[in-house]
Amino acid sequence: MPKLLSGAEIVFKALEDHNVEYVFGYPGGAVLPIYDELKNHKSIKHILARHEQGAGHAAEGYARSSGKPGVVLVTSGPGATNVVTALADAYMDSIPLVCISGQVPTHLIGTDAFQECDTTGITRPCTKYNWLVKDVNDLAKILHLAFEVATSGRPGPVLIDIPKDVQFKKGPYTVNKTKVSKSLNGSKAKENISDKKIDQLIEMMKKSSRPIFYTGGGIINSGPKASKLLRELVALTGFPITSTLQGLGAFPGSDSQFLGMLGMHGTYEANNAMHDCDLMINIGARFDDRITGKLDEFSPNSKKVHIDIDPSSIGKNVKVDLSFVSDVDIFLTSLISRFKSKNKNFVDINKNKIDKWWDQINKWRKKDSLGFKNSNSVIKPQYAVQRLYELTKNKETYITTEVGQHQMWAAQHYKFDEPNRWMTSGGLGTMGFGLPAAIGVQLAHPGKLVVDIAGEASVLMTMQEMSTAIQYKLPIKIFILNNEYMGMVRQWQELLHDKNYSESYTAALPDFVKLAEAYGCVGIRATKPSELDEKIKEMISINRPVIFDCLVDKMENCYPMIPSGKPHNQMILGPEEDKEEVSAEGKILV
Amino acid sequence: MPKSKSAYSEPSKVSKPEHHIIVVWVDNEAGVLARVIGLFSGRGYNIESLAVAEVDKQKHLSRITIVSVGTPEVIQQIKLQLGKQICVHKVALFKRSDENILFRELALIKINSSKKNQEKVKKACKKYNSVILDKSKNSFVIQVTALRREIDKLVQTIRPYGLISISRTGAVAMTRGPEVFK
Ligand SMILES: Cc1ncc(C[n+]2csc(CCOP(=O)(O)OP(=O)(O)O)c2C)c(N)n1
Repeated sequence: MPKLLSGAEIVFKALEDHNVEYVFGYPGGAVLPIYDELKNHKSIKHILARHEQGAGHAAEGYARSSGKPGVVLVTSGPGATNVVTALADAYMDSIPLVCISGQVPTHLIGTDAFQECDTTGITRPCTKYNWLVKDVNDLAKILHLAFEVATSGRPGPVLIDIPKDVQFKKGPYTVNKTKVSKSLNGSKAKENISDKKIDQLIEMMKKSSRPIFYTGGGIINSGPKASKLLRELVALTGFPITSTLQGLGAFPGSDSQFLGMLGMHGTYEANNAMHDCDLMINIGARFDDRITGKLDEFSPNSKKVHIDIDPSSIGKNVKVDLSFVSDVDIFLTSLISRFKSKNKNFVDINKNKIDKWWDQINKWRKKDSLGFKNSNSVIKPQYAVQRLYELTKNKETYITTEVGQHQMWAAQHYKFDEPNRWMTSGGLGTMGFGLPAAIGVQLAHPGKLVVDIAGEASVLMTMQEMSTAIQYKLPIKIFILNNEYMGMVRQWQELLHDKNYSESYTAALPDFVKLAEAYGCVGIRATKPSELDEKIKEMISINRPVIFDCLVDKMENCYPMIPSGKPHNQMILGPEEDKEEVSAEGKILV
Repeated sequence: MPKSKSAYSEPSKVSKPEHHIIVVWVDNEAGVLARVIGLFSGRGYNIESLAVAEVDKQKHLSRITIVSVGTPEVIQQIKLQLGKQICVHKVALFKRSDENILFRELALIKINSSKKNQEKVKKACKKYNSVILDKSKNSFVIQVTALRREIDKLVQTIRPYGLISISRTGAVAMTRGPEVFK
């Protein structure tokens, strides 16, 4: 007979066995037995957030930057509902989270008890899986399974709802990690990649005169090895490559074969190349609507190949000619070894074949679609990001963002050369993500520079987490591109709603410098381009949390931009062009 | 209201919605049905019928048969999503027109009417394996098994003859021949 442990002890035993370092949480009545047990487990550090959404995003930041699952602990009712946004965010971007929530005692479930809510019901559509544990004898098994589900195949969030009485009850702790026998988001659905299929792909690559790699977050999720292999493959082939927002950093942003990000605010060359290519090799991306634009006219003349670990991603939005259900690193390993053995000096031999394609791409590049008119009197937001990049690129810098124009400018102008350095809410587009995420990133990477490139509206949504940063001495830098507007909303209103700036101006903004001081950290304000460098350097040099209030041009728009309902080759490049374009059909924008 | 210039994308070509039968083998656990059904409701799809029961007591396996109307793309997506759930063992997807699949639905029908009308009902039900389950002076309960559309038609025919209540199971499905779906 094994020694019996309380439910709360079992929770910590499982966390220890899964080498959990940090738990991001917030206490309450229904999780008190677990909090009571915390003191007995020194290897696990609890990070007290100021709101459960903050705890969730912090866990995401930790997971996104380290590749390890983030662990969240919340109480029942409002604790659980507050964490839902973070779970949905992690679900959309395939981030592994294990969320433990307290629940009212079993006998009270369904009685509208104090702080009761149907947590598994509410979170079912935004988790990979969830469990209500009604018997302490099942607890250990479910905890192990939860970690496995969260991290295997296509990663994602899971939730375990534990009633208070189950936390007290005694049950066995089993260590044998249950293996899931069924197809788990692709982990078991993985196919054995046949040489025949690989050869088919290699044949397509050899025939193509206008190829492109289109890569996404799947490469980052697959781990650092996948990024390395991707670099090797791109070098071996000489093909151009573009990346989604989520995939930035998997391939070096400063490499000459990289065309920049694609999609709604992607570069002219990337989007045009996607439109005109004859072979598109999608590795770990999901043909999201922000990428494809008008589906009927998406890359009309190309053969499409899709590599994804999740079988339900294949054929969902776009029909493809060849597909592989596989983890990226396994796929790339097979492809590269076969490619190398059969095609010596491919780049040289194939040069003639794709020379014209590169010429065309270089013509598109000449448009300089990320260009902007700089100013001497007012800080242009793009310039601010460029300066931040130049002054931090030689350090190991981790960037998080909020959601809006600043997020797109960060993606366009900050160049990432390594994976896991760029943490942004892509799928759900959650304002308030960046600040708490930075906390999680900083915990995973002590001593490294972590900057949240923020908008003043977004950052106010989770500003309370500054207090968390202070408490744990996490020197995160909140770099606010302050335009006093919900800039992205204002931009759409300008272009599509006859400049009716309905509720997109934030009156009564706080004084961010004083706010920083009130939290006990450092506030810096930059108002002129001439002082920007010096102030950024000051920010970097301070080993405490900083809120940097960068006052930028209030009316700047983010270009280029593909109005939705438009194909890739019809972008708006800048303010001169948009007048004529947008007054025509370009007004339908998602 | 003036026509808005904003703010949604137009759907591209949409295929025609069709009837699909989805059979799902699941662990018989709390919440599993909600999980399966949620994939339909979350996409705004209506379920025409649903039949669930445990089919293997030892392994706690239930078999769910769902009839739904949707575009082939969305139904295919639901099938793949179902396949990823850890509570799901296997998923089969059939078109209603598939010759290789047997479909049956059971209905209980209560009639309260004159002897003459009762006879008419019994006659109409005869070709659907009818069984009388209960009888009283003016009423009876009759059981029929047939295809869904046959029962639809039958109900239309007998409604004027004193039909006062009807209960239907929804379709269940099975492949013909010795094979089972893997
Ligand atoms: C939680 C949430 N609410 C609303 C939105 C819609 N939204 C998208 S961008 C944006 C404006 C963001 O403003 P700000 O943070 O100042 O960034 P800017 O666009 O000015 O750079 C809004 C309201 C959202 N993405 N998330």
